[in-house]
Amino acid sequence: MKPFYQHELEDLRTKLILIGEKANEAARIAIDGFLNDDLKKIDQAIALDDVIDALEVEIDQASVRYITLRSPVSRDVRSILVAIKASHDLERAGDEAHSIALRAKEILTSDGHSGDTVTIEQMSQIACSMMKDAITALVEEDVQLAQAVILRDKEVNRLHHHNFKTLTIGISDDGTETQKSVQKVFISKSIERIADHAKNLAEEVIYLIESAK
Amino acid sequence: MSISNPSQTTSGGTPIIKIRNFDFAYGDAQALFDINMDINAKQVTAFIGPSGCGKSTFLRCFNRMNDLIEIARIKNGEIKISDINIYNKDVDVIQLRKHVGMVFQKSNPFPKSIYDNIAYGLRIQGVKKKSELDEVVERCLRDAALWDEVKDRLSESALGMSGGQQQRLCIARALAVRPKILLMDEPCSALDPIATAKVEELIHELKKDYTIVIVTHSMQQAARLSDHTAFFYLGKLIEYGQTDQIFMNPRDPQTEAYISGRFG
Repeated sequence: MKPFYQHELEDLRTKLILIGEKANEAARIAIDGFLNDDLKKIDQAIALDDVIDALEVEIDQASVRYITLRSPVSRDVRSILVAIKASHDLERAGDEAHSIALRAKEILTSDGHSGDTVTIEQMSQIACSMMKDAITALVEEDVQLAQAVILRDKEVNRLHHHNFKTLTIGISDDGTETQKSVQKVFISKSIERIADHAKNLAEEVIYLIESAK
Repeated sequence: MSISNPSQTTSGGTPIIKIRNFDFAYGDAQALFDINMDINAKQVTAFIGPSGCGKSTFLRCFNRMNDLIEIARIKNGEIKISDINIYNKDVDVIQLRKHVGMVFQKSNPFPKSIYDNIAYGLRIQGVKKKSELDEVVERCLRDAALWDEVKDRLSESALGMSGGQQQRLCIARALAVRPKILLMDEPCSALDPIATAKVEELIHELKKDYTIVIVTHSMQQAARLSDHTAFFYLGKLIEYGQTDQIFMNPRDPQTEAYISGRFG
């Protein structure tokens, strides 16, 4: 027998899936826009930040309301805690996507093209797939998928470290190229942070499922 | 502290019960002090507060059950239901109790069959036609979510039912005379968790058609079930508002202390 307020938990889960989709979309199109010199996609990514922020607030408020009025225990209280933590990670991932978009826009509007982005493209593919898989693991409660996400974080860190070394070597008195290199370092860092948030999300999924055993 | 402007404390509904400047006493001992509030139609309003705060006394004022207590008296004020002062001399108390039904803490089915428990109220009103009684019995048992459980044993004694079933039978019995308002005085305190969940589910359904006022010692139940919550202490209405606001952001420090278990 389900309590009459069961739909509130289901609504919360729907919101969580939605913020995941939006954060993933923001990361994907921000990076895509940067790699393909596409200002339209970059602007779309920038616009998504407010949507993601608003969803985090909604999830927080719904979670506090549920805890206050429904006195959840056991799996329900863990689900609520995971919802709060996961939405925070996804909102921060959205912020990183926003940051990528703003920096990409600056590069493109001042210089017209992003230039060499090979390793950034490599690490973004891994980071975006980590985020997508972490959200899938949350929806499907797939511990194995979540564990696989965690393992891929090392590679993203390695690639960011490589990017940092490569991009800072070329820094000189040439203003335009220096600024571009610095922006790319920050973009690389943001992608690395997106991967970190995906890893956090995967860890929260494991907590949710494994705590029940 | 009483709410000086009660109409501001309710929202999203039309008041059906209006209480103004209400003082009530048992002999020389005043039990309720200057209560002002509006209760909305087709919503659940919960009364919470420590033992002896006056919430059950107040509940019984809505159907004048306190009239049965010799020393009970109104000192001041009025209670209007559908804009009629129920303490007017020309009010028919029997009719009032038909429109304002009551369910008590300990279920009290009549020592009769399940069928006769529901039909009793109609029979004393003069309804004799079997088809009419059958129709009402089925409707009320369905509304009380009991029909499927008892439809094959309507002639059996109500006393053979479980505690939760008996309580739902008492609700069905109250519904038979088509009340507008249902008063429930700790209806689940004698029930196990599953029976409690069934009664709460029933209350959630019933509020689509009935105004429900419930006294409960369980704050979790008040939080789960009600649209508005009133907190009483020592006969005074301390705070009254939407349940979300009372439990998430109470304005009065006494309310905050009570709901967070820091009282006393």
